Amino acid sequence: MSSQVDLTKVKPYGDTLNDGRMQFSFTLPVPFGDEADEAAKQLLIKMGIEEPSIVYSEDLGVGYTFFTAYGKCQHTVDYSSIEVPKVDVEIMDKYGVEDFIKEHIKRDVVIVGACTGTDAHTVGIDAIMNMKGFDGHYGLERYHGIEAINMGSQVPNEELIAKAIELNADAIVVSQVVTQKDVHILNLTNMIELIEAEGLRDKIILICGGPRINHELAKELGYDAGFGPKTYAEHVASFVVNQIVDRNMI
Amino acid sequence: MSKLNLDFNLVAEARKSAKVIADDIQLMIDQHTTVAVERTVVRLLGIDGVDDIERPLPNVIVDEIKDKGGLSMGLAYWIGNAMIETGKTPQEIAEAVAAGELDLMQLNQNDALKVQAVVTEKAKEMVAIIANNRKDRDAYLERLGEGPKPYLYLIVATGNIYEDVLQAQAAARQGADVIAVIRTTGQSLLDFVPYGPTTEGFGGTYATQENFKIMRKALDEVGEEIGRYIRLCNYCSGLCMPEIAAMGAFERLDVMLNDALYGILFRDINMQRTLIDQYFSRIINGFAGVIINTGEDNYLTTADAVEEAHTVLTSQFINEQFALNAGLPEEQMGLGHCFEMNPNIENGFLMELAQAQMAREIFPDAPLKYMPPTKYMTGNIFKGHVQNTLFNAVSIMTNQGIQLLGMLTEAIHTPFLQDRALSIENAKYVFSNMKDLGSEIEFKKDGIIQKRAQEVLNDSVKMLKEIEEEGLTNSIAKGKFAEVKRTMTSGKGLEGVVKKDDKYFNPFIELMLGGQ
Ligand code: B12
Repeated sequence: MSSQVDLTKVKPYGDTLNDGRMQFSFTLPVPFGDEADEAAKQLLIKMGIEEPSIVYSEDLGVGYTFFTAYGKCQHTVDYSSIEVPKVDVEIMDKYGVEDFIKEHIKRDVVIVGACTGTDAHTVGIDAIMNMKGFDGHYGLERYHGIEAINMGSQVPNEELIAKAIELNADAIVVSQVVTQKDVHILNLTNMIELIEAEGLRDKIILICGGPRINHELAKELGYDAGFGPKTYAEHVASFVVNQIVDRNMI
Repeated sequence: MSKLNLDFNLVAEARKSAKVIADDIQLMIDQHTTVAVERTVVRLLGIDGVDDIERPLPNVIVDEIKDKGGLSMGLAYWIGNAMIETGKTPQEIAEAVAAGELDLMQLNQNDALKVQAVVTEKAKEMVAIIANNRKDRDAYLERLGEGPKPYLYLIVATGNIYEDVLQAQAAARQGADVIAVIRTTGQSLLDFVPYGPTTEGFGGTYATQENFKIMRKALDEVGEEIGRYIRLCNYCSGLCMPEIAAMGAFERLDVMLNDALYGILFRDINMQRTLIDQYFSRIINGFAGVIINTGEDNYLTTADAVEEAHTVLTSQFINEQFALNAGLPEEQMGLGHCFEMNPNIENGFLMELAQAQMAREIFPDAPLKYMPPTKYMTGNIFKGHVQNTLFNAVSIMTNQGIQLLGMLTEAIHTPFLQDRALSIENAKYVFSNMKDLGSEIEFKKDGIIQKRAQEVLNDSVKMLKEIEEEGLTNSIAKGKFAEVKRTMTSGKGLEGVVKKDDKYFNPFIELMLGGQ
C-alpha cells in the first residue's frame, strides 16, 4: 500500500516494502574463481549494498569474470524534494500550434534541422521534421505556418548555421544519436561556440534532441531545450512558438 | 523441395530482370574509373605508406596525376612507364613523387603495349601474394576446422584496436566464428584510408591495413589455441571501397561488407562513384575468396519491415547480379536480410520465418547474412534478450549462413564484453536445442507462412519489372529503397569519377576477374 511509503526515505523494493533489494550485473577484470566473487562482493559493500550475494559468475575467456548479484541497498532518497528540469511549456497539438501561430505570430515560423557532425542517423530528426512524422504524430513539415527544412544527416555545424542565416530561421534543431566517447557533447558544444561566434545566440532558438539527450543536459550545454525519447513534433513546435512570443522574436 | 510452395518461374523472371538492371549499370561502370579505383591499382602494385604530412602515398600519387589530367589513362600506365624510365620499384617511384623529385607525366612516354607488359609482370607478382593468402586460409580451415553454420558473427567496436583485440579473443573463446571490427563514424566519407595502428574512434575503429594485420594475428593465435579458424570481417563501403578490399586481400580478411547501395542510401555517397568502386572491390573480394556481406537489412531500419520486405528481396536479386558480373560466386555472397518487424505485431514471428525461409530457398548456395532486431530494441534489455532468442530460432530453423548476433543492449551502446557473452550463450543454446527442427517441420499449404513468402516474392518481381523499365538510378531517385532519395549527381565523391581513355589499362581486372 502506497500510504506506507515514506517519500522522504525511498528504498528499492523487492518483495517487501523497504527490503532494499537490488539486482546487479557487471564484469571485473579478474580471473574467474572464489577471489573474483569475493572482489565483486566487496565492491558491492562499498557501493552501500548489505548482504551482497553473488548468485552467478562466469569466466569471460580473457581472465575476466561476469557476475550477477543481489543485495540490500542501505541508502535512501528523498523523493519529495526532487525537481527535474523539464521543458516548461504547455504542449499543444498540431491544430493548437497552428492557431497559436495565426493568432500571436502572424507569419511563417522557420525551423532548420539536421543530424550533425559525422552522425548518419536520420530516423530521429525525420520523426520530428518530415511530413509523415512518427507513431501517428505528424512532423513539422505538415504544420501550416511552419516552414521546416530538414537537411538530413552528416551535416557539418557550419552548414546548418549557414542555412539558418540564409533563411533567417527562428530555430535550429539538432539531432545527435551516436554518443560513444561523448562525441555528441563535443559536437553540440562546437555548435554553441560557432553560434556565439556568429553573434546569433540571442536571435535564434536552439534545440537538441536524441535518445541520450534530456533537457537538463541541453541547458548545461547552452541550448534552450533538449528532448529525449518519445518526443513528437508537437513538443518541439509548442516550445518554439512560445519562445518566439516570450522572447519577443515576432 | 520448396517448403513454401514458391513459384520458381517467378524467381527466374526476377533474376532475368535483375540481370538487365545490373547490365545496364555495367555499361556506365565500364566507361569510367575513379580516384579510389586508381589508388587501389597503386596499392596492388605495392605502394603503401604516408608522406611527411601523413598523406597516404596512394593519394599523393593519384591526386597529382589527376590534377595534371592523366587519370583517364589509369595509374598502371604511369607507374609502368616510370618503372621503365627510372628502373625504380613502384614504392620507390611513389616516394620520389611525394618528395617532389619525380614528375610522372614529364617522363618520356613509352608505347602502351610495352608498358602493359612491364606492369602486368609486377601485377602478377602481387596477385600471387593474394592467391597465397587464400591458400593459407584453406590450409587453416583444413587443419583447424571451423564452427558449424550459422556462423556466429560478433562485432567489436571500442575505437581502440588493442582493446578490440582483447574483446575479439574473448568472443572467440566464448564461441564466435566471425569477428567484425566496426568502423568509426565518419570513415566512410574519408577519401583516403588512414595509416598505421589507431586507438581513437567513435562507435567503431578505423579500418587501416595495420589494424587489419594486428587483428588477423590475434585471431590466428586464438584460433590455434581453441582449434577453430576465426574469420575476420571489415567494411569496404564508403569512398574507399576497392582500396579497403585490396588491404583486406593482403591481410587475409575473410568477410567484407560490400554494398554500394548502402553507401548511396545511408552515407549519401554518389551513386556513379560507388557503383564503379563496387565493381572493382567485388572483383578483388571474389579473387581473395572473401565472403561479401550486403546491406539490404538496413532498408528496414528506415522503412517499414512488413510493408517494404520485398525491397530487401529485390535488392538481393540485384546484388547477386552485380556480384556475378564481378566474378564473385554464389558461395561468397552473404546477401543481407533481417528480423526487424515491430514485436507488437501479431504473428510477426511467422512472417519473419516465412521471409527467412524464402531467402534460403531462393539463394540456396549463398551464406546468407541474417541481421538481428535493432530498430525495435529498447532500453528494456530483458525483453531485448527475448527478441534475440526468437531471431535465433528463425535462423536455425531456416539454415542461415552468418548469424549477426543481436545484443540485449542494442539501443544503448556498442557491445560490452558481457553483452557478447550473453548473446553467444543465447545463440548456442537455441542452435543446439532446436538443431533439427527445421528439417522436421513442413508448413501448412496456403497457410500464413506460405502466403507471406509468396506475397513478398510477387511484390519483388513486380518491383524488379518497374526498375527494369525505369533503370536502377531513377528508382533510387524516387526513394524506392529505404524511402531515401538520391540522384545520379547528388552525394559525395562524384568529383573523383573520370571517363576512361581508349588506352586505359588496369591489369588487375584481367588477372583477378573470375576467382582463382
Ligand atoms: C537505425 C539505426 C542505424 C541505421 C540508421 C539509418 C538512418 N538513416 O537513420 C544505420 C544502419 C545506417 C546505422 C548506422 C550506424 N549506427 Co546505428 N542504429 C540504429 C538503431 C537500430 C535505431 C535508431 C533509430 O532509428 N531509432 C528510432 C528513432 C525514431 O529514435 P531516436 O533516434 O531516438 O529519435 C527520437 C528521440 O530521440 C527524439 N529525437 C531524435 N533526434 C531529435 C532531434 C530533435 C531536434 C528533437 C527535438 C528530438 C529528437 O525524437 C525521436 C522521435 O521520438 C540504433 C539502436 C536502437 N535501437 O536505438 C542504432 C545505434 C544508434 N547506432 C549506433 C551506431 C554506433 C551506428 C554506427 C556508428 C555503427 C558504425 N560504426 O558503423 C553507424 C552510423 C555511422 C555514422 N556515420 O553515424 C549505436 C550508437 C551507440 C552510441 N550510444 O553511441 C546504436 C545505439 C546501436 C548500438 N548499440 O551500437 N544505425
